[in-house]
Amino acid sequence: MAFVQQSSPHARNARPTSRVMLWVMIATLPGLVAQTLFFGWGNLINVVFCIAVAVAAEAAMLRLRKKPVAFFIRDNTAAVTGLLLGLSLSQFTPWWVSVVAVISAIVVAKQLYGGLGSNPFNPAMVGYALVLVSFPVAMTTNWAEPALLWQGAPGFGETLVTITSGQQTAVDGWTMATPLDEYKHKITTHTAAEVLTHPTFGEGIARGWEWVNAAFLAGGLGLMALRIISWHIPAGFLGGLILMSLAFGSNADLYTPLSLHLLAGGTMLGAFFIATDPVSAATSHQGKLVYGTGIGILIYLIRTWGNYPDAVAFSVLLMNFAVPFIDHYTPPRTYGHHKARRGVPGNQG
Amino acid sequence: MTQLWDFRGGVHPAEHKDLSTARPIRCAGIPERLVLPLQQHIGEPAEAIVKVGDRVLKGQKIADIGTGVGVPVHAPTSGVIESIADYPVPHPSGMSDRCITLKPDGEDQWCPRHPISDYRALERDQVLQIIREAGISGMGGAGFPTNIKLRPPRDRKVSTLILNGAECEPYITADDMTMREKADQVIAGLKIMAWILRPERCVIGIEDNKPQAIAALRIATEGTQTEIAVIPTKYPSGGEKQLIRILTGMEVPSGGIPADIGVMCQNIGTAVAVANAVLEGTPLIARVVTITGEAVREPGNVEALLGTPIEYLLQQAGVQQEKLSRLVLGGPMMGYTLTTEAVPVIKTTNCVIAATARELPTPPPEQPCIRCGECAAACPMDLLPQQLFWYAKATEFEKAEHLNLFDCIECGACSYVCPSSIPLVQYYRFAKGEIRVQRAEQLKADRARERFEARRARLEREQEEKELRRKERAKAAAEAEARKKAEAEQVAADGEAVDERSAKAALVEQALARKKAKTEASRPQPAADSAEDKPDLEALEKQLSQAQSKLETMQGMLDEAKAQQADNVDKLERAVAKNLDRVKRAEDALAETRDKLAARPTESQSNP
Ligand code: SF4
Ligand code: SF4
Repeated sequence: MAFVQQSSPHARNARPTSRVMLWVMIATLPGLVAQTLFFGWGNLINVVFCIAVAVAAEAAMLRLRKKPVAFFIRDNTAAVTGLLLGLSLSQFTPWWVSVVAVISAIVVAKQLYGGLGSNPFNPAMVGYALVLVSFPVAMTTNWAEPALLWQGAPGFGETLVTITSGQQTAVDGWTMATPLDEYKHKITTHTAAEVLTHPTFGEGIARGWEWVNAAFLAGGLGLMALRIISWHIPAGFLGGLILMSLAFGSNADLYTPLSLHLLAGGTMLGAFFIATDPVSAATSHQGKLVYGTGIGILIYLIRTWGNYPDAVAFSVLLMNFAVPFIDHYTPPRTYGHHKARRGVPGNQG
Repeated sequence: MTQLWDFRGGVHPAEHKDLSTARPIRCAGIPERLVLPLQQHIGEPAEAIVKVGDRVLKGQKIADIGTGVGVPVHAPTSGVIESIADYPVPHPSGMSDRCITLKPDGEDQWCPRHPISDYRALERDQVLQIIREAGISGMGGAGFPTNIKLRPPRDRKVSTLILNGAECEPYITADDMTMREKADQVIAGLKIMAWILRPERCVIGIEDNKPQAIAALRIATEGTQTEIAVIPTKYPSGGEKQLIRILTGMEVPSGGIPADIGVMCQNIGTAVAVANAVLEGTPLIARVVTITGEAVREPGNVEALLGTPIEYLLQQAGVQQEKLSRLVLGGPMMGYTLTTEAVPVIKTTNCVIAATARELPTPPPEQPCIRCGECAAACPMDLLPQQLFWYAKATEFEKAEHLNLFDCIECGACSYVCPSSIPLVQYYRFAKGEIRVQRAEQLKADRARERFEARRARLEREQEEKELRRKERAKAAAEAEARKKAEAEQVAADGEAVDERSAKAALVEQALARKKAKTEASRPQPAADSAEDKPDLEALEKQLSQAQSKLETMQGMLDEAKAQQADNVDKLERAVAKNLDRVKRAEDALAETRDKLAARPTESQSNP
């Protein structure tokens, strides 16, 4: 009689990576819907396109690296990277910029480092940062004017044509600076009240953006409820950002106010969906808290004193650098020991 | 209300306990054949004290320990010894071991028993001896001989005696059912152990998913000092270290035993066995076993004679062979799979799961670790399972050890939650095994080196002694020579004293001539000497200082490596030894050359 021979434990209750990734994708839906409602079809098209490119690039690389293609594609991680890029890129990003971003994410940042689990940097953010520094104009001028849909233009076809043709002439009429950018540039010469008259801020905090951020927040809380992400990274992320802006920016006539920091730009998407990428984040709970806080602080620093309007990508990448260091200093104290054993002999952080 | 502490980590696997709690404990009866392994616990195997063909009575001792840690084995029923040979025994490796096979005669005839109603009148040692003679070893995990465990080191007073009724593994209900049905025996056993140990506190820890057992024990302990601590259901709260933490807030020091912090844990089944042994005079010949899983039609708990083949129990429970895919001995978290149903029930057998493929499916193939940290969050020992896995896989065992690999209790919580389906525990077992092998080899190598060094020291000593003797001989010879010469001169002086003046003149002349000759002879010599010896000396000195500085560097590197527990300590140690050697040789050579030079006439040395 042949029984199954297996080492303990025999029971398992793991959510396989593929299912975790599927949940992550589902949780981004509210945000995607909000983006589509307020900014038009751009992100939706981006998302579909980026996922397709990401999966194709991953498959090609797996084949080149002689790995089981189907086995790894099914873990859905490439699709998530594509999805995150599609959500982060501006609505009228020319298709070739998206391609460059996705390819550098999947091929360079992930597969060349050894594939799933071996990449030290968040692939999506590597792709994003790369195109941001390479094509600054295409990346910063293509943000759709919020709430376009209510005004009835441009339609799906028009958006698609704009993205695919590389013909960006029409774009000028529909785009404007992002609220963070606008605020930062105008506040040096204007008062807060004057700055806020710009249409990008609308009636509330940042027209359209606030809803998109709220939707990502909702999706992120859902992931937390499903215990797919722990609270540590988002809490550290938002906590760091809040602390910094309370410490430095309480005067709205000088600095971007907290409400804008939280609800404009890629804050919630970054806090719940990007910084929480397990592969490139710190591992222990304590380490995750430090990691998230570091990102929050860096975002504030870059947004306030740096050259880029949004800073999620750079902050995440910078903290990715710090992960080995954080992990080195945040091991738990093992049961029955007096103190934690830090690091590992031979590769001291 | 007992104060409870929590431990970090832990998981909540599906319990599947009600499968086997639906009916009371049944008696499995006497099978056609009983197979009794001589080793049923850690320690030494017992030796058979019966021969093939002997008729034995129920409860008769059939194997005992001569020396070493262990307890005897008894005949579970009357019958004839059929063979003493190797049979498959319950072990993760599926190995065979020496067993006594008993063919029951169906009469179930007891040997004389000596129940003791008032054990308090005895010496404590006598009671411990009764427990030993009854063959009792821990009936939970590894099964350590109970009489030895009940005698902690003199300087370790046990202040808290814990009865472990947590039974946190899914499926297993043997302790639960025992507590429900034999609460009085459980408490009687606890009282005996408490009488032996005189602890300040007795506490029974039970998970809150066993309300009936809790109720039964409450009644049984009414009016006593024994606490019933109802603890939250969480795996592995029944792990000894976790239970101690929950009930006392203390942690067993790494590498230590509970007695180090004044605590002792005993199993429910062990308590019953102790009560039976002392109060009834019955040795340990049967135990409660949970037979469960979806491949049996009538899961439940049975009281089975030790030696009963698992096959027999499965058949009684209505096993459906076509559905049976995996046979697990123990719980699904820490138990191991059996290769055959032919293995017998032993003293530590608490559960057999006959699982269907749907129930315990084969895990999906291993994926890369995504560093999600789930494993660390689940680890009740606060280890870093992911890093341990990484180093175990890369065979960097020193690093795994540095991360406290040996504190891993192999509870499986980490594997249970890993989304990448990595069999983490398997890697830890592999690493632990490898490290143990390496340690044994290291020990052997150390011994060999010590022997080698002792031999070298002896040879050196002999050499030195020889040299000393040679020098002494040379000295003696020189002295004799000088004496002779002096005597001769004396004689000459005596003879020539007649003409003292001429003699004196002659002597002066002689001396002058000698001096002249010597100066002439030695004048070119010093130049040659210094040309030959001086650079030699310098070179040697340089060599020595080089060797010394190299040694220093090596020593420094070694110290650092040791402080960091790096993996090149061995290599560095060898390098240091080699350099030490080199320095010694250089020193010897230098000393020798210096001696040689010193032996020369002074002029040669003072000359440049
Ligand atoms: S098996 Fe070891 S490493 Fe894994 S959870 Fe249990 S104690 Fe921790
Ligand atoms: S649970 Fe598995 S995948 Fe996650 S960190 Fe631990 S070993 Fe890696």
